[in-house]
Amino acid sequence: MTVEATAALASERSDRFAQMRAGELGSVHSWELVTAVDGPGTRMTVFLSGCPLRCLYCHNPDTMAMRNGEPILADELLRRMRRYRGVFRATGGGLTLSGGEVLMQPAYAATLLRGAKEMGIHTAIDTSGFLGAQCTDEMLDDVDLVLLDVKSGDELTYRRVTGRGLQPTIDFGDRLAAKGVETWVRFVLVPGLTDDPANIAQVADIVARWRNVARVEVLPFHQMGADKWASLGMEYQLADVEPPSNDDVDAARAIFRARGLTTY
Amino acid sequence: MTGKATVTDTLAAKPTSAWEGFAEGPWTSAIDVRDFIQRNYTPYEGDAAFLAGPTDKTLRTWDTLEREYLSVERQRRVYDVDTDTPAEIDAFEAGTISADDDVVVGLQTDTPLKRAMMPYGGWRMVEAAIKEAGKEVNEDVKRTFTQYRKTHNDAVFDIYTPRIRAARSAHIITGLPDSYGRGRIIGDYRRVALYGVDQLIAAKMADKDAVADQPFSEHWARYREEHSEQIRALQKLKAMAISYGIDISGPARTGQEAVQWTYFGYLAAVKSQDGAAMSIGRLSSFFDIYFERDLAAGLITESDAQEVIDALVIKLRIVRFLRTVDYDQIFSGDPYWATWSDAGLGEDGRTLVTKTSFRLLQTLRNLGPAPEPNITIFWDPALPEGYKEFCSAISIETSALQYESDAAIRQHWGDDAAIACCVSPMKVGKQMQFFGARVNAAKSLLYAVNGGRDEMSGKQVAEGFTPITGDGPLDFDEVWGKYEEMLDWVIGTYVEALNIIHYSHDKYAYEAIEMALHDSEIIRTMGCGIAGLAIVADSLSAIKHATVTPVRDETGLVVDYITEGDFPRYGNDDDRVDEIAAVVVHTIMEKIRAIPLYRDAIPTQSVLTITSNVVYGRNTGAFPSGHEAGTPFSPGANPENGADTHGMVASMLSVGKLDYQDALDGISLTNTITPQGLGRTKDEQVTNLVGILDAGFEPEI
Repeated sequence: MTVEATAALASERSDRFAQMRAGELGSVHSWELVTAVDGPGTRMTVFLSGCPLRCLYCHNPDTMAMRNGEPILADELLRRMRRYRGVFRATGGGLTLSGGEVLMQPAYAATLLRGAKEMGIHTAIDTSGFLGAQCTDEMLDDVDLVLLDVKSGDELTYRRVTGRGLQPTIDFGDRLAAKGVETWVRFVLVPGLTDDPANIAQVADIVARWRNVARVEVLPFHQMGADKWASLGMEYQLADVEPPSNDDVDAARAIFRARGLTTY
Repeated sequence: MTGKATVTDTLAAKPTSAWEGFAEGPWTSAIDVRDFIQRNYTPYEGDAAFLAGPTDKTLRTWDTLEREYLSVERQRRVYDVDTDTPAEIDAFEAGTISADDDVVVGLQTDTPLKRAMMPYGGWRMVEAAIKEAGKEVNEDVKRTFTQYRKTHNDAVFDIYTPRIRAARSAHIITGLPDSYGRGRIIGDYRRVALYGVDQLIAAKMADKDAVADQPFSEHWARYREEHSEQIRALQKLKAMAISYGIDISGPARTGQEAVQWTYFGYLAAVKSQDGAAMSIGRLSSFFDIYFERDLAAGLITESDAQEVIDALVIKLRIVRFLRTVDYDQIFSGDPYWATWSDAGLGEDGRTLVTKTSFRLLQTLRNLGPAPEPNITIFWDPALPEGYKEFCSAISIETSALQYESDAAIRQHWGDDAAIACCVSPMKVGKQMQFFGARVNAAKSLLYAVNGGRDEMSGKQVAEGFTPITGDGPLDFDEVWGKYEEMLDWVIGTYVEALNIIHYSHDKYAYEAIEMALHDSEIIRTMGCGIAGLAIVADSLSAIKHATVTPVRDETGLVVDYITEGDFPRYGNDDDRVDEIAAVVVHTIMEKIRAIPLYRDAIPTQSVLTITSNVVYGRNTGAFPSGHEAGTPFSPGANPENGADTHGMVASMLSVGKLDYQDALDGISLTNTITPQGLGRTKDEQVTNLVGILDAGFEPEI
């Protein structure tokens, strides 16, 4: 490579970083129009690349590394959202930012959310809450719904599942509750990992104190992400885990319902 | 040929008692069912709460049918065949399901599910089907239809050209209706009820003689001969009804009679024709007028009305045709497409949804789900909410409803159109379609590359083309140029075959009763179709956006492709490839338009292989898109299996970019959604399904 080319590349790279810092450019894994999965109605779910957690049961491990995403301008996604306004209107849907972890790219997320709100589109973010501190109050003003993953209620279990601590998620939930942002809590039931009734009860206790939680979704663990771990050459520790039985899922839901939470 | 007869011209007195209470209009002096409906129907904006469950009689009848007939048929494939009596409107004695079967009567033969021979299309298929059903042919009947009486099939092969035979045996053109009934004709069966058969005969006689003074021409002679056939068929219809003890010479007087009279019209059609699709039309708002009158007069209860509709639907579920195992394979079962079109909006903006639209859906609860009649909802976001929610709920419960865009159909064919078969719209009683099966547009692309040699057999099928040579990557412009040239040959051959087929069908297997229930001057469309659109779009996209290198066998025939690099795939709302799909459909339509058609038919196109995609795939090689040789095509206008990675709604939007003007015969997108995939609660599921349908059918998206 010539000196000029190297310099040009370096300058291009620094331009890109500037654009990313400004929230104009982001690293995106993919987008999809989905129904009844990531919030109400039909939604354009944008999966952002990069996640600080390493959840053992992650079914999108290909979104963990930010460098594996595709650089996409916020304007491009906003143009696409504009095109889907009719779909959103007809279905009561909107935009959902998911991942990866949406709050790994807070400036980019803020641009997309602001742009969506300017077009009158309903917005949701799907987050673990671990980086809740990255979410400014200004950005929260542009969020209609938070899908908050509470991956465990017991600190040790949380750390075993994710490799990180639980407290930031609780803090973020408290903040959402104080601000009254509508929240749907999600909890993945993994046999042998998160299914200890005491652990579930601790999740339920935490959630029960948040008055802004409109529903809890208990999601049964599945093996559909297993192949992705293999193709990424990553070690997958849950290869032998069977999905929970319907009875087990019902029992977990009952723990939430016992605290007055609308649970599916 | 003009000469419009009026009803009052030909009748001494108006049937005042039957029409009492109806608002008069043009329909009272000439045959005009739409006008009758528009002046008399009552739109219903409410919900499903008024509906009634099945009566004991309905349940007993359905139970007898299931126990004594349907369960036996499921074991044997064919319940029974009458091998002695060639089918005709009045060929069989009256038959019933059971003593309870007296609400809406009439069977195709004398026994439920017993199938009749319909040899006018061709004897070979009949004989094969009889043998496959484990029965012996009657030699006298065979002699009649092989020695004395020429069939449609015989005539077609007398006329077929060498290139048609070559294309047919290479499977580039498949499923031509050259040895079976063409279907796609919807008699306006409502006319039987509204006017009675005598008035219909009188009108046809007047039309026939309106041209009596004109000079001879082949067209003139055919017009007069066909009218005589139609009048004879109407007389047989009357005789058949009499065999059930019912005189249908005058108009129906009650809701039950309206349904019974209308059903007799349809029954006469399925007694005499085994068309690939025998659709019944758009009936609900018509019936509803009579039910409303009966209800207002205190003659019936809701339960009575429901019992009549349930009884009709039972009859529509047991229509059977004698068909071969091969035929069943092409069509993935034994469908007859008794399509019943419903809902939609009128040209004046009022909804055509009536209480009877709800009653029709209710049959799926009262009798349980079934594929026939093929209930087809003309959807518009402006339909009444209560109806939309009921449709959505019934869809979730039974998976038995089909939806079409009402706006697209209404704008082209008006508000009294119905679907023949699965997606072909036509004005009821004013229009018919020459059914055209479909041409393998994907295989044509491989022919373009190989200069007309078949990629499976290596045979030179299309003459006079040069193949793409060299081992380098394919060039988009070169491939597109050759594809267009090859399409000229393929489409030319295809349309030539269709012209021959319909000429012969009219001559030897004319649908006299169905045409008797049409105007004398009608619109004819030629419903051409294509298969493999997604493969063509993806393959051309691969050639354009990635690097595609042909793989040749020892004779130089390209048998596979190596594709390197990414390329956009159809079904993801990506204009780069969706536009290719739209251009392919448009190009094919232009080529069809350039060819003169039999009986001045208007050419239309469909993209809707719903059932035969497996057969098409089996006979087709590998593609630049990565589609493997011999594997099934995706159905209709669907994206290739697994190619759509941005969700179902994105694939709907891709399909929506195909120009309806280029595919007036219909475009299909098959999707499977589980109820659980639509939401956590039934309410949420219903709302989300309504939303998806609204989004898919909303014109401005």
